[in-house]
Amino acid sequence: MHQNNDTLIPLQRLDDQPSFDEAWQAQVLAIAQNLVDEGAIKASDWSNALGVALRKHQVDADTDTPEVYYKAALEALETVLQDKCDVPQGLMDERKADWTYAYETTPHGEPVEL
Amino acid sequence: MASFDQKKITEIHQHLHSHLPSDSALRVKALETILVEKGMVKSESIDRWVEVYADDIGPKRGAHVVARAWTDPAFKERLLADAASAVDEMGYKGPASGHLKAVENTDDTHNVVVCTLCSCYPFAILGMAPNWYKTAAYRARVVREPRAVLEEFGVKLAEDVGVHVWDSTAELRYIVIPQRPQGTENMSVEELAALVTRNSMIGTDRDLKVGA
Repeated sequence: MHQNNDTLIPLQRLDDQPSFDEAWQAQVLAIAQNLVDEGAIKASDWSNALGVALRKHQVDADTDTPEVYYKAALEALETVLQDKCDVPQGLMDERKADWTYAYETTPHGEPVEL
Repeated sequence: MASFDQKKITEIHQHLHSHLPSDSALRVKALETILVEKGMVKSESIDRWVEVYADDIGPKRGAHVVARAWTDPAFKERLLADAASAVDEMGYKGPASGHLKAVENTDDTHNVVVCTLCSCYPFAILGMAPNWYKTAAYRARVVREPRAVLEEFGVKLAEDVGVHVWDSTAELRYIVIPQRPQGTENMSVEELAALVTRNSMIGTDRDLKVGA
């Protein structure tokens, strides 16, 4: 069998898994592709950032998973937004805090809005 | 007099937090909010993309392209010469379909597609990439030992069948045209399309089954 370091997980086992476990995972790809379609970033900006993030995160069998793939994709998107779209990390952190507060303070059953 | 029930307050706090999305989901909400505010994306476009690519398209567009290529030699010629235009001709123009190349399996050639950098994939006609396509294991190994990887997917190639590995990029993506199975001469395009698997259009499936 193939016992080198890249033999991380049985590939075929992943064949029938759903592409997304959570909605945010699809939204990350949707936002990235919309930015490409609108000309805000180049397709190569996205693929390069994603490639860098994947190399950083997919380092062994435990991290070569869909969950880590999408974690890397989100990180890549944040990097592209900072580098190519003039969106500072501070603003992203601020909006995240706003949403967190909105979720924590909105009564259950009511729409959560900023 | 107001009472202070610590247990009750803890329960309420936990209840509220149980509805708090994950850290990643909150980060994505933050990004989307900022980009909508800046006019760089529209929420409806994001929702529509998710709906279409996560649920609607799947690999069936690609399967129709393959089935038409099997039944229409002139279309197949156009597809192999300029896949982007041929796909456009079928009304399947979409994001990332503009830079598409079709590669054809033959008796002595097998094609398999990868993106060694990240996960570039012709999702406009094949839907979302399968999870294995995005793994470091596939991206690294299929280049170095394609026959071994193909065997793990159940594709055992004879020694005299050559393997061509195509490395996708943001600017160039690939669809494999698998071989038409024997005994399908009287099938309609719709029936043929139903035989075409997603993996056969990536290259991790080869001998398509009739009546499976």
